[in-house]
Amino acid sequence: MNAVEIRGLTKAFGSGDSRVVANANVDLVIPAGTIHALVGENGAGKSTAMKMLFGMLEPDSGEIRVNGDRVRFKSPMDAMRSGIGMVHQHFMLAGPYTVLENILLGAESTGPFSRLPLAEAEKRLKSLCDRYSMPVDPHARIEDLPVGMQQRVEILKLLYRDSKILILDEPTAVLTPQEIDALFSNLRRLRDEGRTIVIITHKLKEVLAISDRVSVLRQGRLAGYMETAHATAEKLAEWMVGRKVILSVAAAATAGHGRGEPRLKVQNLLRGVSFEVRAGEIVGIAGVEGNGQTELLRSLLLPEGRSVEILGKDVSKSPASRIRELPVAFFPEDRLRDGLLMDESAERNLLLGNQRNPKFVDRWGVIRKGALDAALERAWHEFDLRPKRRQMASRGYSGGNQQKLVIAREFEHDPKLVVSAHPTRGVDVGAIEWIHRKLMDARDSGAGVLLVSSELDEILALSDRILVLLDGRIVAEYAGGSVDALTIGRAMGGARA
Amino acid sequence: MRIAPVLKPAAALLTGLALGLLATALAGESPLHVLGVLVRGAFGSRYDLGMTLFYMTPLLFTGLSVSVAFRAGLFNIGAEGQLSLGALAMTWAAFTFPSIPAPLSWAVSMLAGATVAGAWAGIAGWLKARRGSHEVISTIMLNFIAAGLASYAVLNPFKNPETQNPETLAVGASHILPALPGFGDAPVSAALLIGLLMACWLGWLFQHTRWGFELQTVGENENAARMAGIPVERVQIMAMVVAGALASGVGLGEVLGSAHRYKLGFSPDYGFVGIAVALLARGNPFGVIASAFLFGALHKGTTDLDLETEHVTRDLALVIQALIIGAVAAEGLWARLGERLSSRLRSLKGRGGGG
Repeated sequence: MNAVEIRGLTKAFGSGDSRVVANANVDLVIPAGTIHALVGENGAGKSTAMKMLFGMLEPDSGEIRVNGDRVRFKSPMDAMRSGIGMVHQHFMLAGPYTVLENILLGAESTGPFSRLPLAEAEKRLKSLCDRYSMPVDPHARIEDLPVGMQQRVEILKLLYRDSKILILDEPTAVLTPQEIDALFSNLRRLRDEGRTIVIITHKLKEVLAISDRVSVLRQGRLAGYMETAHATAEKLAEWMVGRKVILSVAAAATAGHGRGEPRLKVQNLLRGVSFEVRAGEIVGIAGVEGNGQTELLRSLLLPEGRSVEILGKDVSKSPASRIRELPVAFFPEDRLRDGLLMDESAERNLLLGNQRNPKFVDRWGVIRKGALDAALERAWHEFDLRPKRRQMASRGYSGGNQQKLVIAREFEHDPKLVVSAHPTRGVDVGAIEWIHRKLMDARDSGAGVLLVSSELDEILALSDRILVLLDGRIVAEYAGGSVDALTIGRAMGGARA
Repeated sequence: MRIAPVLKPAAALLTGLALGLLATALAGESPLHVLGVLVRGAFGSRYDLGMTLFYMTPLLFTGLSVSVAFRAGLFNIGAEGQLSLGALAMTWAAFTFPSIPAPLSWAVSMLAGATVAGAWAGIAGWLKARRGSHEVISTIMLNFIAAGLASYAVLNPFKNPETQNPETLAVGASHILPALPGFGDAPVSAALLIGLLMACWLGWLFQHTRWGFELQTVGENENAARMAGIPVERVQIMAMVVAGALASGVGLGEVLGSAHRYKLGFSPDYGFVGIAVALLARGNPFGVIASAFLFGALHKGTTDLDLETEHVTRDLALVIQALIIGAVAAEGLWARLGERLSSRLRSLKGRGGGG
């Protein structure tokens, strides 16, 4: 019996020039009682397909069957009634409310003016917690809980509604390795009692670890489907990208690196973070998100009195405009929020942060059109920005190409220091390889590189030195190549584990 | 793809006009007759066209004022107050220094107006950037204070003792801007040319200078601006100062170009209509030229309604303005309409057998 059967699912957005086909004739067959991984690059259409299954989007054509019955969901309410539940990548919880209130939200099953059945709900929630050994304090406020716990609440929410089909969108993005293990064992347990689980991810390692079957989407189409037992990471990556991919960039030997002059020196940031990045080394900052990365990165551009030295210059009291005049590249943590003008062309975005660079703007403040043209050519040819369209707004580029746009622009500073935050987040597998190489090239040509990332594999593959950030402190330091993921993971989890 | 930016405002304009005319039918007029009066009133003769251009001039300046602030992500509701204080300062300079010879005299009075209005608007900019108070609120409040200050100045220190009317002394002859020939008695002056020049210059600045780029970046994405090292607060204050200075340009046409003195309450809400002008132009200075012209024509065309129709008055201008703004603001509506239309077209094409 198939829990979900999707045939010929098609969905397009926009119109005319900007029409994007997110799903084209996608078929998915998901047998009941299995864990099914849905993988693909960013923008491959994974989330779109699942949003249709969950009733958030209506398909243009194609049919969806749940437990054999043809369904047409008008809203997630309909989907939930058919026993489908979804945990979104960005949790849908009300921060100021308690766990119990959030669990009840949308499942009140009472009239608008009657009392909430809180006591019974609590009893049921407790029994669920016990049964699945997922303890949680029903009276804790959501905003006080760590993300791993919030995710647990999201899952309990689905169990409370007795969802038989659980969709999880990128559930491991915010978790430590230990928390991931715990999540996976819970998922296996849910499967073993007959529930069906769809997990959307782009991490191949996890696909192989948890799933029974895997479907790969590429550019809105089903690129492949197989039993995970027969799958290899290489095969899946090839399906995802459409060509052979080198999965692990061989980190150049770390010996000999990091002997240069200090390019970045910080003291006593956050709750006592001090470190140096020297010319010719990549320093990786590992840590679960929300442990101070954002503040740390922010202080480098807006020190506001905090002790920061860049290229030997004390910039602790400098405004961002001064720091931006130094040969430093910054890849912002969230490129959509902090790095791009989404409605503007690639050219305008190349100017961002370079607006005081004499290469681009003359002393009268007039933009040098020729220099911008040249930069755009470089972005196209050296940085492989695609598509090569002058007028297209940057929201039209894929995640990977948006990141290339940012990187191309930042390299226009001829950086001696590169501060790169989550450089490959939301970037397709093909571009990851390329971005990693760019960072290593920068290091090899003598720049200091600070790499902040929550992708442990990335930190391990690239860093000459690894610092672990936990709760605003550096809790561990390792030499690159001498340490494994498990050790770092343990440090990342710290006292919380 | 390139015509889209023109298409949407045009559609908004036509919708507003059509709905407004339809409303006249409810009042018992023939919409066609009303339309005829509007068109004849605005463009019927050289004089009528001249009056349209005369009304267009202040709207050009206030439209640009709102657009500059808009570009930086700020909503300047205060053009009305800025223009009244700016025009007042301009008038003061023009009657206090009557002996300065011609081209220099214009520069002096313009500068006086721009400085005062710029500083006035700068208050709102400073409050926004440094104190976080919303510019919509502060500019509205500043409007009231400006109105009070203007009446005080006109009725007391600057009062013309020879008349009972609330107006200032007359400006020096060398400060008067020459009228444009060819429009009969219509008081359209060189101020229009200055306004057009300003619009073109701003259009160029927006596209081709760091100044324009920083303004735009702050308006579109404050976070990205900060990360790029753009001094967001300074840009916001500067945007308001420039917006205020532009608003003072209203005095060029109204004082130096026609009345030659500051008459209390001379502005029929040019500052507020400027918001509509800028909205329709989507903050584009070249668009402001077209949209100021349209609103000028609307203003002129509707003045004849009182005489030529029985049931409709010039207030129709307000109704149509409101409808146009409504139609412009219904951004989502246009997008959805466009999407539905194109998907309809696609399915039609598809049925026709391949497209």
